[in-house]
Amino acid sequence: MPVVLPLIGAGLALAMARHPRVQGVVSVSVLTIVLGISVALLVMVDSGPMVLDVGGWAAPVGISLVVDRLAALMLVVSVTVTLAVLVYSLAQGVADGDEGAPLAVYHPTFLVLSAGVSNTFVTGDLFNLYVGFEILLAASFVLITLGGTRDRIRSGTIYVVVSLISSVIFLVAIALIYAATGTVNLAQLAVRLPEIDPNMQLILQLMLLVAFGIKAAVFPLSAWLPDSYPIAPAPVTAVFAGLLTKVGVYAIIRTQVLLFPDGRLDDLLKVVALATMVIGILGAVAQEDIKRLLSFTLVSHIGFMIWGISLSTEAGLSAAIFYVAHHITVQTALFLVAGLIERRGGTTSLVRLGSLARVAPLLAVLFFVPAMNLGGIPPMSGFLGKAGLIEASAQDGAGLSYALIVGGLVTSLLTLYAIAKTWNMAFWQEAPEPLPDTDTPSGMVGPAAGLVVFSLLLAVLAGPLYDYTDHASRDLRARVPYIVSVLPEHGRGTGQSPEVTEEGRRGEPESQSTSGEDR
Amino acid sequence: MNIDMAPNLSLVVLVAVLVGTGVYLLLERSLSRVIIGIALISNGVNVLMLVAGGSAGGPPLLGETAPEDMSDPLPQAMVLTAIVITLGMTAFLLAMAYRSWQLNGHDEVQDDLEDRRIARRAARDELSERVTDDSGATLAEDAADTRDETARGEDEHARVGHHPAALGADDEEAKP
Repeated sequence: MPVVLPLIGAGLALAMARHPRVQGVVSVSVLTIVLGISVALLVMVDSGPMVLDVGGWAAPVGISLVVDRLAALMLVVSVTVTLAVLVYSLAQGVADGDEGAPLAVYHPTFLVLSAGVSNTFVTGDLFNLYVGFEILLAASFVLITLGGTRDRIRSGTIYVVVSLISSVIFLVAIALIYAATGTVNLAQLAVRLPEIDPNMQLILQLMLLVAFGIKAAVFPLSAWLPDSYPIAPAPVTAVFAGLLTKVGVYAIIRTQVLLFPDGRLDDLLKVVALATMVIGILGAVAQEDIKRLLSFTLVSHIGFMIWGISLSTEAGLSAAIFYVAHHITVQTALFLVAGLIERRGGTTSLVRLGSLARVAPLLAVLFFVPAMNLGGIPPMSGFLGKAGLIEASAQDGAGLSYALIVGGLVTSLLTLYAIAKTWNMAFWQEAPEPLPDTDTPSGMVGPAAGLVVFSLLLAVLAGPLYDYTDHASRDLRARVPYIVSVLPEHGRGTGQSPEVTEEGRRGEPESQSTSGEDR
Repeated sequence: MNIDMAPNLSLVVLVAVLVGTGVYLLLERSLSRVIIGIALISNGVNVLMLVAGGSAGGPPLLGETAPEDMSDPLPQAMVLTAIVITLGMTAFLLAMAYRSWQLNGHDEVQDDLEDRRIARRAARDELSERVTDDSGATLAEDAADTRDETARGEDEHARVGHHPAALGADDEEAKP
């Protein structure tokens, strides 16, 4: 449902291209319904993963959608964030007076993006994961080049080519996996992969890691991100920063834990995590533009999530999942506030901003809270996530884990430094020239404030949330619940399929209809 | 099941050639060559997917072919999906190349902001002093040199005019 609804909504919104107001209503209501469904799923999966065999084909043959705790949590957070950004951009559209063309495409594309993200979260099939990636990438290509100005085309080109390369690598990995095991169903892969040659396993694991690493902007593969994200309009950057990289992280969690449980690349992952954290934040320290600075912190904090994954313990994974949920909200909120700052001050360049604390105190508070949260100041969720990671790796006790702890602490301090620099230059320092006298519409401040409150709520609810992520990671580590619920008995799913369907013959007509949705 | 899983050698060579030439083209600066490169690589991967499905057989329809002679339909379905996706992406890239040509008169992929900044600083043989934060004067100077992508309009051109030599030819804003 979370996949199909936004697609229908996108069609509706496209049909209503002439009536922006109707479009807005359609998109908001669709996303609200999806949010409701996601919350319902979140409650329901507490008793075990839920499986839907699309089209009534039994599991290893047809496409199955699986919702377990991890997927449900990601769904809820991502849809909440998407909804907030949508309301924000609606208000921005109203404030700017709706200058025609690009906005007609904006709503449908935004919904398609949401559908793609949801699809990647719920899919139980490697090829469907690819299709989900392509759905959200196609949408993101349109969004990042929205308006077709010179800068956006320049950075968009790089973004598109890099994304396509990662998709191609992913596709090669799928082809090789199919050749080696004869299936692309994740649950069945989890059973069959351990049976093949260990060296081949290692190659497949590496290829998947590279493909998802590009999407998640893990260090050596992250150079495209800080260049392309800041150019897009503020709401687009916000939703990209919040969701797209986390989709990559989610895919890494899913494949690493479910398919390759023996963790032979953990040391590599640890090194990569360390490099991502430190080098990302060093990039941020050197920046003079708020949006670019935030993009670099985004790269850097991806490292924290990879850290949690690389520990391959329940505690580490749980902390990583918590950190993902925390980081989606905080980073999106920060980019939305950066958009507000751009609106208020007319620029995001720290050199020319100033005295915002006096002119716009509300903005200052809105920036201050998520920024401190990102830096990991104690009572907030950022601190709790980092504390969880540190605790988990201290339990692990290997030399590399201690190196990670040190790296994480240094990164947090440097984050704090970058944030404090931003704060000084944009909010306290006297502006070099008086700022233009613009107003920030309350419709834009509202969602940003909502997200800030949501991120604070994460801290308040940290106890239950940590319980939840603990359960989620225990399920993930155990792997059995996932496999059993997809393939209940005799390795077949719940759908009905013709009795002639045997092991050697697999038909999957759904993959074609999914591609139809993609277009 | 005793399906012949040995891959067809000519197909494997085809994959290697397609991907090899694709990668070569991908490393070019011109966007249209990059697009051709991506198309070649994608087609190579699609063929690889077919190879992954084992050797060819009869159409997988019950009553037409005996089950053991059938070719595996699943990779074909996946390749079909991949072809459609590639088609859409290629079309989008072509549109971007055209837009780039409209805007700049060429379709070359440009250096990113950071590269240009560093190149400019190296050309002028000076390092940013505002990072060290010790002098107020260089702060303003450097702010004037640094091209800010969020800046728009008159202001921009005025600043570009200040340092015509320093802004290298690779800076898009320096072009008329």
